[in-house]
Amino acid sequence: MAEAVTFPEAGRANRGLALTGAAALLACAAYMTVGLRGDLALVLELRVTRLTAMVVVGVAVAVSTVVFQTVCANRIVTPSIMGLDALYVFCQTALVFLLSGFGFAGIDPRLQFFGNFFVMTGLALALFLPMLGRRLDLGLLLLTGVVLGVLFRSLSVLLARLIDPNAFAVLQGAVFASFSRTRPDLLLVAGLIAAAGTVVVWRMRHVLDVIALGQDAATGLGVAWRRTAAWLLVLVAALVAAATALVGPMAFLGLLVASLADRIAGTGRHAVLLPTAALVGVVVLVGGQTLLQHGLGGEGTLGIVVEFVGGVVFLSMLFAGARR
Amino acid sequence: MIDISDVSLTLGGSLILDHVGLTLPKGGVTALVGPNGAGKSSLLSLIARLRPLQTGRITVDGLPVDTTPTRQLAKVMAILRQDPGVASRLRVAELVGFGRFPHNGGRLTAEDRRIVAETLEQFDLTGLASRFIDTLSGGQRQRALVAMTFCQGTDYILLDEPLNNLDMFHARELMRTLRVMADGHGKTVLVVLHDINHAAAYADRIVAMKDGRIAASGETAAIIRPDILEAVFGFPMRVETLAGRLTVLHHA
Repeated sequence: MAEAVTFPEAGRANRGLALTGAAALLACAAYMTVGLRGDLALVLELRVTRLTAMVVVGVAVAVSTVVFQTVCANRIVTPSIMGLDALYVFCQTALVFLLSGFGFAGIDPRLQFFGNFFVMTGLALALFLPMLGRRLDLGLLLLTGVVLGVLFRSLSVLLARLIDPNAFAVLQGAVFASFSRTRPDLLLVAGLIAAAGTVVVWRMRHVLDVIALGQDAATGLGVAWRRTAAWLLVLVAALVAAATALVGPMAFLGLLVASLADRIAGTGRHAVLLPTAALVGVVVLVGGQTLLQHGLGGEGTLGIVVEFVGGVVFLSMLFAGARR
Repeated sequence: MIDISDVSLTLGGSLILDHVGLTLPKGGVTALVGPNGAGKSSLLSLIARLRPLQTGRITVDGLPVDTTPTRQLAKVMAILRQDPGVASRLRVAELVGFGRFPHNGGRLTAEDRRIVAETLEQFDLTGLASRFIDTLSGGQRQRALVAMTFCQGTDYILLDEPLNNLDMFHARELMRTLRVMADGHGKTVLVVLHDINHAAAYADRIVAMKDGRIAASGETAAIIRPDILEAVFGFPMRVETLAGRLTVLHHA
């Protein structure tokens, strides 16, 4: 009778994953085919580049948020509390301030991409590597990130007040996420970083399951929690940095995607949770962009829409949590 | 054998453990008792390498807990802390299956599934196997966590107040299971208990702690004495033999 116990990791969870996969394929197909006119080759090339960018960013943000939430043992945090996107905005603001709008626009995009990527990963390394020195607490380090984020944001606001209106307009274009200025060569680099990070995370899916049990339980089960958590956080930062350097900051996208994936997957197992979240990320970005372009008629910025919807989801989760 | 020598612990300027030295032989059930704040849980955390060792030395089965790889220790000793508050959406069978993680790295083999099924049966959890952890009562949840700890299949089992939230039936079942583990399977069990009568009835040895020190340690019959209990807990209580068992009348 002992064999009668079933291990129900499949079932509903896989159905949710399959449906999300179908929705992602549908969104990609719709994005590629709806409203084709003019020079087909040119339009398709442009769309393939943007679609790839959205897939790369969607997957990177989704995977990094799920991992970050698991390490923090909290389902309503996003990696943006580490202050990385605030640092990104500050760097752009400082560059516009120092070089003026024209000078900023004249910077080689490759230089800008790598500069942003390394500044953000550098901050994360400076924050999380001290954790390996045993005595430091994860909560304290995250709070340091929050404080640094507030500092960078205040400095950005201060500098933004000092620059002239034309330069400010250039800055506005740079600090809201946009997929329209993606360069194929940088997309390739960001794609490789995101793919490598995702592969590493996928190989650690069972360890992530154990880490989700909390520090004590994970240690008891033989996971070197401190070292594993520090490296996972650096990995998260690299994924976030690659996505942000490519298209700009997307603070709430991760939260939106991770909480939707949590509902759809219906399990804490990362073998299901991670692919579901990645696919939800693709659906939200590609589906949202298709709707924005063709359904709502405008070339509005997807970033702003995602931030708005993500913010509403975040508040509703807070209220739902408070009622419980 | 668990060997603790000259272990002190200071947290936030206050001394939690004060030069603790203790040797527990392999096998049997040892109960760790004492008033709140005596340092029982801290000592257990240090033995289970959940907290870094500040001074002194602890070995479990000859392995120093501060330098042995944590995965290797996980095959030798299992620890259950007071309710860790599992947040992730897991079913009971999945949670218990995590006990096999040190052996299989997360991929359940047929052998692992058999062990999980047996453990579920042993802890009266078979009917709850596919329930989500967050839908269980406190006692059911506690049983699932204890089952996970047993599923690890280690020679040493450390439990921090495992009777919390358990009703009389399941508390008795758990203590009897600990006895079976020690007598039938040669396991070494170290358990923090609050009810001195559970210790008197099921433990082979009792270690009593007070103010960060070992106040008394020895065979159960040698510790369950009015003078020692009063010294440890700070009030007088009677010890009677009822139906052949030592019983502490601490309620009056």
